[in-house]
Amino acid sequence: MINLIRSLGRWGLSAFERLGRGHIFLMHMLAGIPGLFLRFSLVVQQLFSVGVLSLLIILISGLFVGMVLGLQGYNTLVDFGAEESLGVLVSLSLVRELGPVVSALLFAGRAGSALTAEIGLMKSTEQLSGMEMMAVDPIRRIIAPRFLAGLISMPILAAIFSAVGIIGAFLVGHGLLGVDDGAFWSQMQAKTDFYDDIMNGVIKSVVFGFVVTWIALFEGYDATPTSEGVGRATTRTVVHSAFAILGLDFVLTALMFGDE
Amino acid sequence: MPLIKIRDLHFYRGNRAIFEGVNIDIQRGKVTAIMGPSGTGKTTLLKLIGGQLRPDKGTIEVDGQDVHKLSRSELYELRKRMGMLFQSGALLTDINVYDNVAFPLREHTDLPETLIRDLVLMKLQAVGLRNARNLHPSELSGGMARRVALARAMALEPMMIMYDEPFTGQDPISMGTLVNLIHRINDAMGLSSIVVSHDVSETAEIADYIYLLSGGKVIEQGSPVQLKRSGSQWVQQFMQGLPDGPVPFHYAGPEFADDLLKPEEYA
Repeated sequence: MINLIRSLGRWGLSAFERLGRGHIFLMHMLAGIPGLFLRFSLVVQQLFSVGVLSLLIILISGLFVGMVLGLQGYNTLVDFGAEESLGVLVSLSLVRELGPVVSALLFAGRAGSALTAEIGLMKSTEQLSGMEMMAVDPIRRIIAPRFLAGLISMPILAAIFSAVGIIGAFLVGHGLLGVDDGAFWSQMQAKTDFYDDIMNGVIKSVVFGFVVTWIALFEGYDATPTSEGVGRATTRTVVHSAFAILGLDFVLTALMFGDE
Repeated sequence: MPLIKIRDLHFYRGNRAIFEGVNIDIQRGKVTAIMGPSGTGKTTLLKLIGGQLRPDKGTIEVDGQDVHKLSRSELYELRKRMGMLFQSGALLTDINVYDNVAFPLREHTDLPETLIRDLVLMKLQAVGLRNARNLHPSELSGGMARRVALARAMALEPMMIMYDEPFTGQDPISMGTLVNLIHRINDAMGLSSIVVSHDVSETAEIADYIYLLSGGKVIEQGSPVQLKRSGSQWVQQFMQGLPDGPVPFHYAGPEFADDLLKPEEYA
């Protein structure tokens, strides 16, 4: 029993210590962001590897999620003779929830894991240490541009996911199931609010982008510098990011839509 | 006044003592070797000098400045004058040889690209790899990677270069090239060099002064000739690479004859 309490205490202490290190890392990283506006080319390179290279998985997944949503939505709505409302159903589901959440989960799997592995390997091959000895701060030079790129990419990827999803739902709803296209688009336009729906979705995706990129970069930077350590850190990135996205989604949804 | 003055250095990893009261002076313009068996903390010493680790007790002064009392920006200013060659080379793997050598120049100076090109080519010429400038680090052999790293360490014209195990795992030709380069660069650029190594003959060939470390202390110091004549059995064993001596060949335990008389152990 004493051993159990002792190991629980040890686990708690190390978890808090890690949390503290993560926050110091975040502060250091944020302090490096203003300097990046003078060397924006560093961010542009990372926008390509973090954002553009994630585009394919976002486009394909968005299309299929939208198509499934169109199919399922139609089957439910048609019982009530409300299949014209398919456009509203699809756009609200995607813009408010599925767009930010699913694209963030995919982003964590595609870009987050790549970031952790890259930074972890740079640490294990002494590249970060070497940079420090050349009087170059690796957090400002290597980490901060990747963080800013993640922060910029995530809302854009989520918006693309939602847009492609809506197109997928339209293809199925109108092309396959015969929903009237005028009703599909006009109801969507009438019922989707710019601030309440679209902007809240954008806020969610910015928060998810912040958290996923932070977790991925910290896990890489804090990884044990061995192949096993980097492997574990990559797994932790995906798992912790998924928990953070789903947990934060509930909190944000409660704050945004809780009083409706 | 020595370039580096280490006084009463204590450093612990957990409960294990790495250094217990080490005093070292690194003289300007000389090649000083820090030698000792694996695991004596030679690399740790370089990290302490570079300010990447903090000592538990004692001071390290580089060019008159206490490394561990400097602010972050002052430490970075000092590091611009310190070159370090890592065992692995620590080259940036996503850019080619040319960009690796240009990296510190681009980070710390506003020189135009044409001038950076001339400087990079000069440094690469000095290490014999000017024509390998378009290769990526993954295409280099271990010895070539270290030479590129040496060119990079020289880029900012530092006052000193620290070499971490520069000869480990090198074939005889690469080894000869590196020995020659370290010696030549030290003299031509008027540098001070610190070579951490356990390759006795290569290091003794170029070192002006050697410190032998073991068990967290400086066991012996002097010129290579003085160390070869040392009366200490431990020093003789290390310098001549004898398999048995004060550091025994056999792992400590019961005598072989006693073990043979216990057939029941694995029965």
